[in-house]
Amino acid sequence: MKILVCISNVPDTTSKINFTDGDTKFDPNGVQFVINPNDEFGLTRAMWFKEKQGATVHVANVGGPSTEPTIRKALAIGADEAIRVNAEPTDGFFVAQQLAEVVKNGEYDLVIAGRESIDYNGGMVPGILATLLDMNFVNTCISLEVDGSNATAMREIDGGKEKISTNLPLVIGGQKGLVEESDLRIPNMRGIMMARKKALNVVEPVDAVKATQDTKFEKPAAKGAVKLVDNVNDLVNLLHNEAKAI
Amino acid sequence: MSVLVYTESENGKFKKNAFEVASYAKAVADQLGTSVTAISINASENDSLGAYGVSKVLNVSNDNLKTFNAKAFANTIGQAVAQENSTTIVVSSSTDTKFLAPLVAGKLQAGYVPNVVAAPEGTSPFMVKRTAFSNKGFAHTEISSDIKIIGVSNNSFGAHENGGTATVEDFSPSLSDADFSTKSIEVDKVVGKATIADADIVVSAGRGLKGPENWGMIEELADVLGAATACSKPVSDLGWRPHGEHVGQTGKPVASNLYIAIGISGAIQHLAGVSSSKTKVVINTDPEAPFFKAADYGIVGDAFEVVPQLIEKLKEFKAQNA
Repeated sequence: MKILVCISNVPDTTSKINFTDGDTKFDPNGVQFVINPNDEFGLTRAMWFKEKQGATVHVANVGGPSTEPTIRKALAIGADEAIRVNAEPTDGFFVAQQLAEVVKNGEYDLVIAGRESIDYNGGMVPGILATLLDMNFVNTCISLEVDGSNATAMREIDGGKEKISTNLPLVIGGQKGLVEESDLRIPNMRGIMMARKKALNVVEPVDAVKATQDTKFEKPAAKGAVKLVDNVNDLVNLLHNEAKAI
Repeated sequence: MSVLVYTESENGKFKKNAFEVASYAKAVADQLGTSVTAISINASENDSLGAYGVSKVLNVSNDNLKTFNAKAFANTIGQAVAQENSTTIVVSSSTDTKFLAPLVAGKLQAGYVPNVVAAPEGTSPFMVKRTAFSNKGFAHTEISSDIKIIGVSNNSFGAHENGGTATVEDFSPSLSDADFSTKSIEVDKVVGKATIADADIVVSAGRGLKGPENWGMIEELADVLGAATACSKPVSDLGWRPHGEHVGQTGKPVASNLYIAIGISGAIQHLAGVSSSKTKVVINTDPEAPFFKAADYGIVGDAFEVVPQLIEKLKEFKAQNA
């Protein structure tokens, strides 16, 4: 089985978000970038397939040269090879078209992407990718087993979960549950040394349609001060009469 | 050229978000000078959409679509778009819809913008405001493709009645086996309980509760309020509560009318995930907990004392206001 894990290079979850250039761009100053958490759960599940079922695991990212430390981290965790499509990831449709080209050229059986990236939250890359490639697709995937060309997945639904049966080739939009938080791996020194020798192939983007563009950003309005109360009677009254929430 | 809205239903009944997305579609149609057509799959009471601005309902009755299937549903919506020559499609932000919308987008080469929080700021260019950076910011996004898909953020636009009426037409999509290549085998879903996605009120608890055995009072509080229960990331990582309850940046977003955080200090990731909730209440022993800066109302106190009192007071309140 040949697996491609698509990784997004995103600000660490603890980051404070700021904008620059007249609020038209995200300001990366002072921000630590990491593998998108939803992608990292998928990458870790891919390592399980590598170790238990002999799968080959490649990672792909669409981004400029500045994303390479994040890609190297994925190699240090254990991916065999990496591909960077040398283009700014302007929107989900654009990224999906670039990744479709990578998948076609690499003949992957299973593509694991995160349900959404925690920066732009488009949540569309895996689904559009599956459509462009005519592959099966399971979103919000919280468990995945592969036996030959059969795949059994669990997906999170509102208020529960659903078991799904499908076949390879398959794209999943993964999230926590694919593996547990405690299963995530911190690269060790040996992994980091080996990652330096692994192939990180840079390819140029293909012509692609751009469907959307973020033109301006803003931060949420500042919050007013909290109203502290010292008993539940006052709280219930405020919730009923002032907030009209109950 | 009408605006097409996908109005989601469950067991034949429209979901609350169906009326919200219908209302949103009406606002878009008014800007574009056109009308709203809804596509509904195995729903009864289709004419109820008329009150929210829908002029025509394409009603699909198909036993193969009784269980949600993203590919088959996406193909059905795509065929409705083709029949109506629609260039603007409005959908919700439910988990199922976020599953199918990218498939529609891929098929129609459409620009898809999810998490939209307000009516379009303009239609030429077509500009919408959406949340980004997991609710730490907003983006104003231009959609330049011929066909546009707008995913309306839960509970952001609201349902607005305008007293209209809708005609209902049968619509039979042409589907093949290939549309059912992913099959649902089993659905494990809590029935008769509010979900985080749909609930007006969410009661959430964190490590301050000290252990999973203490969740009884949280569930009781949720019961009294008709609320969904949720939890912080550490609580889900410790296995005290199921993953599906984890709310925050890497968990579920919450956009309820009321969010009550008990024993949750308020890490930046958690606050981002719940920031779309309209009214936030915090109950915490530590007055320095960051959640107090993000909340509307707060009680500095021990959850084990405050929550039982709150349950009693709310029971009294419900009895008086029933």
